[in-house]
Amino acid sequence: MPQARPSVTITAYPDGPLVVRGDVDLRTVDGEPIPHRDGPVALCRCGLSRIKPFCDSTHKRSSFRAD
Amino acid sequence: MTTPVLPAPPLLAGGRGPLSALTLQVIGAGRRGTGAHEELLRLAGARAADRGPVLEDDDVQLALFLLYGLYYGWLGALGDDLEWDLELLQVRQLFERLHEAELRELAGTVPAPEPTARSVAQALFDLTAADDGPSLARYVARRATTEQALELLALRSIYTLREADAHSWAIPRLTGRAKAALVEIQADEYGSGHPGSMHSVLFATTMRGVGLDDTYPAYLDHAPAVVLASHNTMSLLGLHHRLRGAVVGHLAAFEMTSSIPNRYYRDGFARLGYGEEVTRYFAEHVEADAVHEQIAAHDLAGALAEQDPSLVGDIMFGAASSLAMDALVGRHVLTAWEDGRSSLRRPLTAGPV
Repeated sequence: MPQARPSVTITAYPDGPLVVRGDVDLRTVDGEPIPHRDGPVALCRCGLSRIKPFCDSTHKRSSFRAD
Repeated sequence: MTTPVLPAPPLLAGGRGPLSALTLQVIGAGRRGTGAHEELLRLAGARAADRGPVLEDDDVQLALFLLYGLYYGWLGALGDDLEWDLELLQVRQLFERLHEAELRELAGTVPAPEPTARSVAQALFDLTAADDGPSLARYVARRATTEQALELLALRSIYTLREADAHSWAIPRLTGRAKAALVEIQADEYGSGHPGSMHSVLFATTMRGVGLDDTYPAYLDHAPAVVLASHNTMSLLGLHHRLRGAVVGHLAAFEMTSSIPNRYYRDGFARLGYGEEVTRYFAEHVEADAVHEQIAAHDLAGALAEQDPSLVGDIMFGAASSLAMDALVGRHVLTAWEDGRSSLRRPLTAGPV
């Protein structure tokens, strides 16, 4: 039997965003759904994005470093 | 019934010199017997022997663009008889050799990183960061007039109404992790199963939203040599197994120089008063390409380098050639605009004033 794959994966890209693949339910703290694009989604982890919670590549112009 | 899609009449009438005129004649006839085949092959051979630069040569670039058109299908039934025509393949190869030689010279020598995913991804991010290319995007954000913004869409339509197709040629040429990564990016480009979300469809909506014609290739006759050369570069890299490293590097650099410039384009079109229908394409690319650049750098280019370390040099060449062609196009457009001229071969007549 093949091992079951998780329905969602989150990959930490070096010096970059967290990329979420799979059917994910993004919510605000109030429980409101956050609309997002189809396909994989990149979440900001440098804090500089203008479209948080999504990544807009601004980290590339900062000294943000993370494995 | 299939209706052949003919290029716009001015294009069919002329070409931009003997090579493109003969290519049009051969394609227009759709069959042998006019004598144009033999004449085209003879002239292409002479042009190849002459070895002069081709990247800004309207005649060669249009001829090559039309020859590649046989594979993309936009020539419709006209192209079907000629798709694998041996003489046209010979002509294409003569132009491709000139194009690739000049492209390699233009791209210059890029130091090859270690063949690990991490090193290759880092080298690609470093290369594209050093390029600092979005001057055209900044111009659009801050200064472009409506007419200039529409020119930009007309120029981009040559690629973007067919967005992603050129790199898709590489899919069967890759294996394993690199192939899976390319398919992941391309699936997203093609709307992740939702035809209305295809990036080419979003771009068509943008074009219609500003009053431009979204049929392909409506603005071929407007597009200067460098824009055709930019598209021909992708077709060249995508259509050769030998160049699979280069097409992967090209896509990686393409994705890495997209997210931030698209934010500027979105700001520019919003500044000019266009609504979400027009700016959605750009907003989508800010988000999508922030994802794609990671996948392209690590999972595609990085993985390919680990699978076949001999391809590292070509991965970097492909990335450098993407930046070099972008710079050529950017310089062409900005020079024209700063001189108060149209960046097109002839000004747009469509679109709101």
